[in-house]
Amino acid sequence: MAEATQREFVLGEGTGGGSQNMLVGLGPSHPAMHGIIRITAELDGETFVRADVEIGYLHRAFEKDCEAGCWNNAIPYTDRLNYVSPLINNFGYCAAVEKLLGIEVTERCKYIRTIMAEISRVCDHLTCVGATAMELGAFTAFLYMIKAREYLWELVEDVTGARLTISYGRVGGVKADLPDGFAGKARHAFKETREVLEEVHRLLTGNRIFVDRMVGIGALSRAETIAYAITGPMLRAVGVPYDVRRAQPYDVYDRLEWVVPTQTDGDNYARYLVRMAEMEQSMRIVEQALAMIPGGPINVDPAGQPIDPAAYVDRGKQGKTEGLLLLPITLSPNLEGQQRAELSRVNVGDKRVVLPPKANTYGSIEGLMNHFMLIMEGHGIRPPQGEAYVPVEGANGELGFYVVSDGSGRPYRVRCRPPCLPPMAALHRMIEGEMVADLVPTFGSVNMIGGELDR
Amino acid sequence: MDGAAILERVRARFGPGVVDAHDHRGDHTAVVARDALLSVLAWCRDEPALAFDMLTDLTAVDYLTYPGREDGPRFEVVYQLYSVPHNHRLRVKVRVEEDDAVVPSAVALWPIANWFEREVWDMFGVRFEGHPDLRRLLMYEEFVGHPLRKDYPIDRRQPLIGPAA
Repeated sequence: MAEATQREFVLGEGTGGGSQNMLVGLGPSHPAMHGIIRITAELDGETFVRADVEIGYLHRAFEKDCEAGCWNNAIPYTDRLNYVSPLINNFGYCAAVEKLLGIEVTERCKYIRTIMAEISRVCDHLTCVGATAMELGAFTAFLYMIKAREYLWELVEDVTGARLTISYGRVGGVKADLPDGFAGKARHAFKETREVLEEVHRLLTGNRIFVDRMVGIGALSRAETIAYAITGPMLRAVGVPYDVRRAQPYDVYDRLEWVVPTQTDGDNYARYLVRMAEMEQSMRIVEQALAMIPGGPINVDPAGQPIDPAAYVDRGKQGKTEGLLLLPITLSPNLEGQQRAELSRVNVGDKRVVLPPKANTYGSIEGLMNHFMLIMEGHGIRPPQGEAYVPVEGANGELGFYVVSDGSGRPYRVRCRPPCLPPMAALHRMIEGEMVADLVPTFGSVNMIGGELDR
Repeated sequence: MDGAAILERVRARFGPGVVDAHDHRGDHTAVVARDALLSVLAWCRDEPALAFDMLTDLTAVDYLTYPGREDGPRFEVVYQLYSVPHNHRLRVKVRVEEDDAVVPSAVALWPIANWFEREVWDMFGVRFEGHPDLRRLLMYEEFVGHPLRKDYPIDRRQPLIGPAA
C-alpha cells in the first residue's frame, strides 16, 4: 500500500474522507455472468466508477476459417456464431452469397426461411429472458421458458435433424423441405409457448423484486444507443422502431402482418417488455407464413401431367433422354431418390450453386458431373468478383455479412457484423454509476452471446 | 434517398475527394481519399438530407492476393453507414498502402468506432490516428502479428502464455 493511501486509510487524511477507489477484476469466468468476459472495474464502495470491458475469450478465428474453405464450408461455422438462434446466421450468410451470385431463392424457400428464423428468434428471446430472470432469483421462470424452448427445439430438430448445430441453410435454398405434419406440430408448440409466456408475464411483469431490479437500471439514451450502433430489442427499447425485417424487408416479411414493438425508457425493463412482445409477433409471423406457404404439385411434368416412373425409365433406355432430367418424378426411395421433388421446390434451379439430388448424382452422368463441379477441390460455387453486404434481423439486432469474392471457389473475405458487439462496447456506459449488483440484470438484457461476439 | 442520389451528392460536395464509386449488386459505395475521409464521414453524418447517424460496421479487407490488385494499395477500410431517419445505406471505403497503413480515427464521430477500430488494428494491423486507446480487441496482448492478413498462415502456432510454471 502506498504511503499516501495508508495515510488516508489509517489517519483519515486526504480528500476522500479516508476512502479510495478499488480496482476489481470481474471475470473472465464468473458465476453471475453467462458469458466469458472480463470487466476491470474501479469501484467506489459498491458503485462502478469506471469499467473496462475485455472480450475475445471465445475467439475461434471464424473469419479466417471461412477464407480457408469453399463458400459452402462456412455454413457450419455460422451455426456457431449465435448458437441460440443459428438458423438466422445460416440464412444471413446464404443471403449474402446469393446476393453476390445475383440469384433469388424460390418462393417456398423464402417462406421456410421466414418460418425457421422466427422460431429461432422465439428460442433466443426465451433463453435471454429466462436467464435474466434466473439471475435475479426467479428460477421458476427460467425453467418454464426452457420448457417452452424445448417444444420449439423439437420443431427445429424435426426440420433440420439437429438441435443446435443445424447447418440447415444452403446457398440457393435450404437443406430439405419441411417434414410432414410440421404445421400441426408448430401449432401445438406455440400453444404451449403462449401458455408459458402468459405464466411468466404473471410471474415477472408485476413482480416487486423483478421490477425493482430492472426499472431504471442499465438505461441508455436514444442518442447514445444510435451512436453506439446498437440495434435490435435494445434500440427498440428506446423508441426507435428500426427492424431490418421492416426497414429493408427480405424473404416474405413484407407480405405478413405484424408490428414492431417499442418502448421508450431504454432500461432493462423496457428491453424485457420488447422481447416478450416480439415473441408473440414472431409466432404470428410463423402462423401466417404456414397458412400462405405455397406447395404445388410435385409429380407432374411441365405440362401438368402426372408421370409414371416406369415410363420414365423406358424413355431413358430408348435413349430419349432429352429433357428427361427436367421432369420432376418420384423414384424409388433408395439413393435418396425420393427427395428430388422436394429439393427442387426449396432450391433454386441453378446448377452452378445447388447440389443435385442424390438420385441425379448416382443416376446420370450429368448429375455426377454437376456434383463433382460443386464439391471437388478447385471447383465449387464461384461468385463473380465483387462485394456485398446483407443485413438480416438477428435476435439481438442487425446481423450483417459483408462478403468479398475474387471469383474463385473460396471466399476472399467474410465479415460478420455481430449484433451483440455494439451493446458490449457500450456496456461500460450502462453500468457506470450503478451498483455492482445491477451489472447482473444489465448484462442479462444485453444478451451477450460469446460465439458471435468473439467469433 | 436512393443510393445513386446519395453518391451524386457526395461526389458534388467532395469532387476529387471521391476516388471511385460503384453500385455492385445495389450496394452504393464511395471510395474516398484518405485526406478527405473524416470530412466525408462527418458530412454524411451531419448533412440533414443524408443523416447517417449509425456506423453499422467498420472492417477492412487485405487485397494482397486479389487478382489484378496485387500492386495496388493493400488494405481497404470499409465503413457501412446507415441512416435511422431516412432508412438508407452507404458504404464508404478508403485505401491505404501497407507501409503507410494509417487511417484517421472516427471515434470522435461515432463512439462505436472505438471497438471496431481496435478490432481492425488487431486483425489487420491498420493503425487509426487519433484513437484514444488502440489496444487489441479479440487477441491477447502477447500475440504476434495480425491474423486476418493474407500473409498470416492459418496454421501458425503462437507460444502459450500464462502464469510462469
